[in-house]
Amino acid sequence: MNGVFMKYIDEYRDSKLIETLARSIKSAAEGLYTFMEVCGGHTAAIHRFGIRDILPQNIRLISGPGCPVCVTGKDFIDRAIAMSGIDNCIMATYGDLMRVPGSLFSLEKANASGADIRVVFSALEALDLAERFPERKIIFLGIGFETTAPGTAVALCKAEEKNIRNFFVLSAHKLMPPAMEAIIKDGTGINGFICPGHVATITGSSAFEFISGRYGTACVVTGFEPVDILQSVLMLVNQVNAGMPAVEIQYTRAVTIHGNLRARKYLGQVFEPGDAIWRGLGIVPESGLVLRDRYGRFDASSVFPLSVVTKDDDGKCICGDILRGLRTPSDCTLFGKVCIPSDPVGACMVSDEGACNIFYRYGKHE
Amino acid sequence: MCLSVPARIISIDGDMADVSAGGAIFRAGLQMIDNPREGDYVLLHAGFAIMKISEKEALETLRLLQEMRDSLE
Amino acid sequence: MNEFVTINHGSGGRQAQELIKKVFADRFMMEEPLTDSAFISAHNSGTAFTTDSYVIDPIFFPGGNIGKLAVCGTVNDLAVSGADPAFISASFIIEEGFPVDELEIIAASMADEALNAGVRIITGDTKVVGKGKCDRLFITTSGIGYLKEGRIFLGRGELVKPSDKLIINGPLGNHSVAVLGARTHAPFSTSVVSDCSCLNHMIKRVLDNTKSVRFMRDITRGGLAAVANELCHITGLGVSVIEEAVPVDEPVRGICEVFGFDPLNMANEGKILMVVGPEESQEVLRIMHSDPAGKEAAMIGEVLEENQKVVVMNTRAGGRRIIDLPSGAQLPRIC
Repeated sequence: MNGVFMKYIDEYRDSKLIETLARSIKSAAEGLYTFMEVCGGHTAAIHRFGIRDILPQNIRLISGPGCPVCVTGKDFIDRAIAMSGIDNCIMATYGDLMRVPGSLFSLEKANASGADIRVVFSALEALDLAERFPERKIIFLGIGFETTAPGTAVALCKAEEKNIRNFFVLSAHKLMPPAMEAIIKDGTGINGFICPGHVATITGSSAFEFISGRYGTACVVTGFEPVDILQSVLMLVNQVNAGMPAVEIQYTRAVTIHGNLRARKYLGQVFEPGDAIWRGLGIVPESGLVLRDRYGRFDASSVFPLSVVTKDDDGKCICGDILRGLRTPSDCTLFGKVCIPSDPVGACMVSDEGACNIFYRYGKHE
Repeated sequence: MCLSVPARIISIDGDMADVSAGGAIFRAGLQMIDNPREGDYVLLHAGFAIMKISEKEALETLRLLQEMRDSLE
Repeated sequence: MNEFVTINHGSGGRQAQELIKKVFADRFMMEEPLTDSAFISAHNSGTAFTTDSYVIDPIFFPGGNIGKLAVCGTVNDLAVSGADPAFISASFIIEEGFPVDELEIIAASMADEALNAGVRIITGDTKVVGKGKCDRLFITTSGIGYLKEGRIFLGRGELVKPSDKLIINGPLGNHSVAVLGARTHAPFSTSVVSDCSCLNHMIKRVLDNTKSVRFMRDITRGGLAAVANELCHITGLGVSVIEEAVPVDEPVRGICEVFGFDPLNMANEGKILMVVGPEESQEVLRIMHSDPAGKEAAMIGEVLEENQKVVVMNTRAGGRRIIDLPSGAQLPRIC
């Protein structure tokens, strides 16, 4: 868009630098390459800027899990909707979750039917609701990866400090590296990962070292502007050409080897790893964040135990395979006919970042 | 998890700050930042500053790319 | 007069009459006696007729209020068809307990806008409903405008051809952002002001001085993306938009980046899309630039040869992407 210059964004959208990188990639890319981006933000940026048009045909970019909405199980939505019906409850959620379909409806539809569900931008906003409405129960839906979970942790620490009694968190926070391992340990022919740049600001690039070390897959920790993504693709091509997989940082202005220790301290104080269900991947051990016993009184899942019956997928929805990069949206029998953005079946269609949603909106005409 | 935007710290009060992204002012928690100062650029994500942006590294990235461009001409 | 509107004010009795006269009729300079219908003498030209309801929350926002919105919205809907707006009706559904002084501010805004636009509010209605039965105030306006001799009705797009240029009169998204920022507990603050304004004078100058305006539409809810897709749909042609050419003010960009909004999907209240023959596109821009409502007018794209019925954006990175109809209101995202 034409507007005043935004620092640390517009420099990385410079058309001359983009052109330079496109040319360098073309000359360096001699074989066939398959790279996976695991972060919904990268999927979105690649489509927003039309990156695939700029890359040569012998480089294939595929989308993995990494949109926290896409990988959130139906059971979580069902549980959230059931909780929103609790007496005096105000449910607070990030906007991303509002349209994700559960077994019967979405949070948005539940809100239209009378539940009090409000979109917040921050965990602190949710905590603020608890302070403003002491007679209500505020249940905050904690989704997101290592980038977002520390914010929930900060809010819980403050809740404990201020002795707030009406703030609860239903956690579906997940960790990225275990999911990346789950994808490649069964072998998928991925030459390299475009590693999630904002997750890495928290974890540090060292969190991805096992991927190149144990599995020989190239890794580049990447920013979100077109120059960042293209520079990373070039770095990945070079790693693959040299046969020397490693973890490199492209996004050096925000990512270090060791990451954000303060943020991880908050994480460690409030959460501990637990097994988690990832839509499409099934149970991934130690990949979810669960509230520690010390914070048990804030844990919505134990304070409000509910039994929830989740409708099984007919098996026609192949979101799982799409998230693993095994199949594409056009392989799905529901895609574009039964499952469309305004009436989605699986989460890959619901989220703006979901592979199916993007393919429907941007890819079907190409 | 991904949507983070560079924002400049305008003013700090306690562990919160007013930060500016393109002239719109947002409230951000500074709990995860070491020694935050007015004028620093941070990544704003879901109401928190999650990392300081390194001006030095930013310039270095651009310098390398510019070199790459110059060598191709 | 009471400080607050009560049910009595809607019941047709003396209190109702007083309210109508003091708040509305005098300000709108309506002729006495107030009659059930207003009389409009015959006019031998095509007539454009439009109606809209306004339910915005909050009703006061930087750059305007619900009343100003109502008048501008109706004036613009008439003007983009090629008509000269002439008469407006205004109906008010008021929630019991609404402060009369706020009603007066709103009515005054409407009178001001009508005067500036050169239209008259000639008939209206007020109803009062119990607490909770409406969200403070709803306004419905209808409007009549006349297409003078030689003017074509421009809503149907039958004249649009490949290579025609797309022009908008200024930056996108200001209204959306101003309204979002005005809501209590908005997570940001900004100095952005709504672009709510009457565009009929600017449009008239363009139509009076050029011959090749093919199509116009008000860019409101759904943003430019919605209007461009409608254009494709009704003409059967494709459209391309150049990302770098679309004006967006800096704070609006900032908010879009932070929340993950697309400026192309955001609502405006003072922006139009004009499709113009290529030979006169520069002249149209020149005329717009000399009008306060068009100072930042820009040519942002063109109608394509291929009959693809899609809106393609040429991104600043040199790639392309499809711009689809937005599916529902944009919600702030973290991902």
